[in-house]
Amino acid sequence: MVKHEEMTTTFNKMEEEKKIVSISHKNGLEKTEELSSGFPVSIPHKESHMNKIHTKAVHCWYGDFHVLRDINMEVKHNTVTALIGPSGCGKSTYLRIFNRMNDLIEGFRLEGEVMIDNKDIFAKDIRINELRKKVGMVFQKPNPFPKSIFENVAYGLRVNGVTHKKFIEETVERSLKQAALWDEVKDKLSKNALSLSGGQQQRLCIARAIAIEPSVVLMDEPSSALDPISSAKIEELIWELKTKYTILIVTHNMQQAARVSDKTAFFYLGELVEYDDTKTIFTNPKKEKTQNYITGRFG
Amino acid sequence: MNANIKERIIESILFLCAAVCVLTTMGIVIILLIQTVQFFSEVSIGDFLTDTQWTPLFADKHFGILPLVTGTLLITFIAIAIALPLGLSIAIYLSEYASKELRSVIKPMLEVLAAVPTVVYGYFALTVVTPLLQLIIPGLAGFNAISPGLVMGIMIVPFVSSLSEDAMYAVPNAMREASLALGASKFQTAVKVIVPAASSGILVSIILAFSRAIGETMIVAIAAGQQPRLTLDPRVPIETITTYIVQVSSGDVPHASLEYRTIFAAGLTLFVITFLLNNISYFIKKKYREQYE
Amino acid sequence: MSNERKKHLQNNAFKIWAIFSTSVGMIMLAILLIKIGMDGLHRISLTFFTDLPSRRPESAGILTAWVGTLWIMVTTALFAIPIGIGAGIYLEEYVKRGRWASFLEINIANLAGVPSIIYGLLGLELFVRVLHLGQSILAGSLTLALLILPIVIVSTREAIKTVPNTLREASYALGASKWQTIWLQVLPAASGGIMTGIILALSRAIGETAPLIVVGALMYVPFTPKSVFDSFTVLPIQIYNWVTRPQAGFLINAAAAIIVLMMITFIMNGTAVFLRNRWQKNVRW
Repeated sequence: MVKHEEMTTTFNKMEEEKKIVSISHKNGLEKTEELSSGFPVSIPHKESHMNKIHTKAVHCWYGDFHVLRDINMEVKHNTVTALIGPSGCGKSTYLRIFNRMNDLIEGFRLEGEVMIDNKDIFAKDIRINELRKKVGMVFQKPNPFPKSIFENVAYGLRVNGVTHKKFIEETVERSLKQAALWDEVKDKLSKNALSLSGGQQQRLCIARAIAIEPSVVLMDEPSSALDPISSAKIEELIWELKTKYTILIVTHNMQQAARVSDKTAFFYLGELVEYDDTKTIFTNPKKEKTQNYITGRFG
Repeated sequence: MNANIKERIIESILFLCAAVCVLTTMGIVIILLIQTVQFFSEVSIGDFLTDTQWTPLFADKHFGILPLVTGTLLITFIAIAIALPLGLSIAIYLSEYASKELRSVIKPMLEVLAAVPTVVYGYFALTVVTPLLQLIIPGLAGFNAISPGLVMGIMIVPFVSSLSEDAMYAVPNAMREASLALGASKFQTAVKVIVPAASSGILVSIILAFSRAIGETMIVAIAAGQQPRLTLDPRVPIETITTYIVQVSSGDVPHASLEYRTIFAAGLTLFVITFLLNNISYFIKKKYREQYE
Repeated sequence: MSNERKKHLQNNAFKIWAIFSTSVGMIMLAILLIKIGMDGLHRISLTFFTDLPSRRPESAGILTAWVGTLWIMVTTALFAIPIGIGAGIYLEEYVKRGRWASFLEINIANLAGVPSIIYGLLGLELFVRVLHLGQSILAGSLTLALLILPIVIVSTREAIKTVPNTLREASYALGASKWQTIWLQVLPAASGGIMTGIILALSRAIGETAPLIVVGALMYVPFTPKSVFDSFTVLPIQIYNWVTRPQAGFLINAAAAIIVLMMITFIMNGTAVFLRNRWQKNVRW
């Protein structure tokens, strides 16, 4: 049981660490500005005041089971949004809406508006393959293909028609560098991806996802299957990727959510209970349920 | 939209591949029926089912299917009489007694029996088994029912043993433990508890073995003879449905003649019998699978 | 005799009986191998493989038989493999649970249990007569292809079933289409099992005699086929032909031909089992 005051202290400590991390990686980021509060934030796009993702009155069903109720949420460009809540509350389902992976499940139904870049992604003229190029996903358990490391990262490019050899090689290198994996694998690109450790495999999956240059990256508990050190590396990664991508991350690990995200959404039994700046959620939540979950009273 | 069309085309092609199976079944049924119906325009169904002679190729023509059916069933029963006790015993041994290593050695060995081409078994029955049996059984003709029946029986042992063993293996361990805890021996447990519990699976294996034996051609074509005879004496030459079809096909029978159509009438009889057996076993299998799930 | 002792004796008696039962098949096989070895081994020579069949047993060879078998095998494979794999893919990846799926499954289960000679009748009427293919290699191999189709389909399905769904999900999430996912991920992953199934199906086809006799493979073929429309014979039919002749010399020829046929069959089966074991070891998700 974590007391409220303890959470605030921990949270402030993490903010300090965040500053340090981002300053030391400043050279890797595209553009960085430090606000007067000391919080590093990058604003590379003009439209950062517009919403990248926008859901309006979204309801979802698996057959008769009403899994998500009336979700309204706006996500801005180049932010990290954490989705937290107890198991089975619809977080993963919500995440999977955005690349329409739920379509693969029989009996799934959705009502409401889901907009990415102001386009309804459930419109009739949407090509799902195109959508999935723009919205990438990293899964809970690393699932690299039983192919070489190189071919894993190149796969997304190949299925989307890219054949230019040099371009593929450059993209693979760039993606692996962004995923902080290049140094570890650059001499063994032709080795089978399954020979990597769990943490490396997950970073490979991240590299694979960003190779096709999506604008949104969905992460479904990306470090829950990993040891703490790999987990920490992934978190660093997310913080850096934020400058180029808009990230939604489902996590059970509240400390992780606090460390890594700009905004946090708390789901409970299919409803979006509270959605606010991460600092607010963790130090001064407006709803009692949120407070109870944060402090470990349930879940 | 190009990509979408491509996906649709591929799905249609794959669908057609799957549809080949349905078309095959339909083809078999239609062809057998058409020829048989034409056959029955010249031969009455009553004669077909009750006449005790089958002599379509002779001058004095009789079209009773009974001799062929009894020939087929006689050999099949002999085969099952061999395969059932052997197969069941092996199944009990593998399921209740043998260690994992022993199972992994014996099972493939038995599969080998099923892999040998049936002409080879026919050769064996004719040149080895019949002469051997002639030493023990007085009056055993060169072509008879025992010899192919015996060889076929051993050939289908893996059918019975494999499926029965799967059925017994699926019986929950709790039952074994309960029986052994009451002081029963392994053998008693196997016979009194496991076999009854797995009985539907064992039944399925027997029906399938039966069906396999009924449809067997080469062993009987080589070793059983080509004399259709309504008899239960296993020591004399007989003819099965399958042998008859081979006999006619090897010779010169003009197309669209009555003689030509007899093989389809015989074939339809065979098909109906095996179709019924296979479907009965399929449904029993489905039912008992639900028991343990 | 006490009850305990009786139970003990019963148990042991059964063990002995069971071991005997298991050995019966093996003993029969051993006697078989010895018999054909004794009868036929000495007959095998290069000329045995290159001689045409003849009325005199000493000069009769299996040339037309094994060449015919080769033709039939290749043509059968050309039909059975793509259609069988295609059907297997369709059943595993496209069709949804429901009446249509069960109907297809019952169909395949039924076809697997139809006696092979019935396929011969189908081939005779459909391919030889109605489609006017004559008593040709084409008719024979189409017939055999239909016969072994269920085996290929079932093995393909089993192999595809072992591919974990996470692989498909990862592929879809990268924007791959359904067919791209199947062709680039699922099939390569399932290839070992599919290959095993194909080899087993073909080794079954190689020993098939009855359907080909019905379709019109000839008993006496003094020439090797030059095209798929030619008449033909195959090794098992040549064996059958020789076994039914009265002269002892032909029985020896039959034994020799059996040795050849068994060797081919066992090499194929052995390869399939070897492949299956290797594939199962390599599969690590």
